[in-house]
Amino acid sequence: MTEKHRFRNDMILIAVLLLVAFSSIVCYNCFRSTGNTVTVRVDGTDYGVYPLSVNATKDIYSGENGCNLNRLVIRDGKAYIETATCPDGICVAHKPIFRDGESIICLPNRVVVTISTADHTDTPDVIM
Amino acid sequence: MKNKSKEVAFAGISVALALILAYAETLLPPLFVAVPGIKMGLPNIVIIFLLYRRGPAFAGAVSFIRIFLVALLFGNAASLIYSICGGIFSFVAMLLLRKMNLFSTVGVSVAGGVMHNVGQILAAAVLLNTEQLGYYLAVLAVSGTVAGVFIGLCGTFLVKRVPEKV
Ligand SMILES: [Zn+2]
Repeated sequence: MTEKHRFRNDMILIAVLLLVAFSSIVCYNCFRSTGNTVTVRVDGTDYGVYPLSVNATKDIYSGENGCNLNRLVIRDGKAYIETATCPDGICVAHKPIFRDGESIICLPNRVVVTISTADHTDTPDVIM
Repeated sequence: MKNKSKEVAFAGISVALALILAYAETLLPPLFVAVPGIKMGLPNIVIIFLLYRRGPAFAGAVSFIRIFLVALLFGNAASLIYSICGGIFSFVAMLLLRKMNLFSTVGVSVAGGVMHNVGQILAAAVLLNTEQLGYYLAVLAVSGTVAGVFIGLCGTFLVKRVPEKV
């Protein structure tokens, strides 16, 4: 195994990884229908369920003493995190979500925001 | 290196260096504006170097001592679980690729970077009770690859330039 072969193998490995990653991002974006419900979970337990059709701003508190904050904004049928106290800021950088199954995950604050399609969107007793 | 205490001292210096790099990493501005907060995994430079120079046992020991100390100094219980999963996946991947001898330091490092993220995502999938981490994983696979190339180049440089007797 020469230096040259190793270099070629490196390139193949990198190309395959990037190809798989980019194609899954593209596929993910293309084959999804629009959802109607936003579910927020903190630490694996349900935190709140909100309709995607109603503009709203929700503060999601997590962590010990609820000192971590993710501000969820629902606007024009899309949901995104406006600000967050997490160190990495990945959730804030995430583009707005609206397709069924899409989610924004804040690993440091352990917050998961997911779009789903619920049967009863008109129930008035959702947690608002 | 035959001397046992010299060996221990060298391990200590390696752990210290990895810790300094882990700390330095937190001071760096985000490298990719589109995806802020992606870590370069600078301590992995030390691990790669040791993997090539001192073998799996030494590199593995330094890697896991480092993970525990980083969690102790800068993290919490949750971040320790993420780091351990990431560390195990990363280390096993690098070890396998190193043994296969098909890739250079760069390829080994890229595999380590990506598998580090895979390990963390799997831990998150269990902890957060969600399967919908695929998108996150895809983004992290890209950043892990880019960071891995950089780390691998640093590792190549060290393995070539640092004198054998060190
Ligand atoms: Zn976040």
